[in-house]
Amino acid sequence: MIEGLSMLLLVVGAFFFFAGTVGLLRFPDVYSRLHALAKADNLGLGCVLAGLALQADSLAAALKLLLIWPLVLVASAGVSFAIARRAHVLGIRPWQKDTQ
Amino acid sequence: MSTLALAVALFLLANLVVALLAAARGPTPADRMLTALLFGTTGTAVLVLLAAAGGGAALVDVALVLALLAAIGGIAFAKRAWHAEENGRD
Repeated sequence: MIEGLSMLLLVVGAFFFFAGTVGLLRFPDVYSRLHALAKADNLGLGCVLAGLALQADSLAAALKLLLIWPLVLVASAGVSFAIARRAHVLGIRPWQKDTQ
Repeated sequence: MSTLALAVALFLLANLVVALLAAARGPTPADRMLTALLFGTTGTAVLVLLAAAGGGAALVDVALVLALLAAIGGIAFAKRAWHAEENGRD
């Protein structure tokens, strides 16, 4: 049961990493690419870490794995904000369907 | 179980190779930096998977350091390294 859940979480995490990569390649501007990257950061890594924590040897090992996730969450939010604000300050316009 | 972990790690590495295309295309420096950030996150996941597949618990510490360095790199890029004159250059 736990084994199956762990495998499912690993596969779901791999899917979100894949979706983030596809978004990075296909989305039209830096703002929407930030959005795609956040999926890989938050959901992809979160699912992989949760899946591995389920099969960790001890509680301490599982908690250490799960501690990586909040660090990446906070870092991802901060970096996304900084890059998006810088892009806005530098005058990069968000992509809009009407104007293209 | 460790077979699946290794398979997922291999898949993530293949993902990274494809993401290099995004870095090559650009067009702004930020688009290239996003690939570097994806490398940080995916590298963290790969290291954790390798640790679970028998690489030893020390790899988890390496993964933590990589996640931290990716965050510092991203902030340093946005605050210090990205200037207007490089915008849109291919």
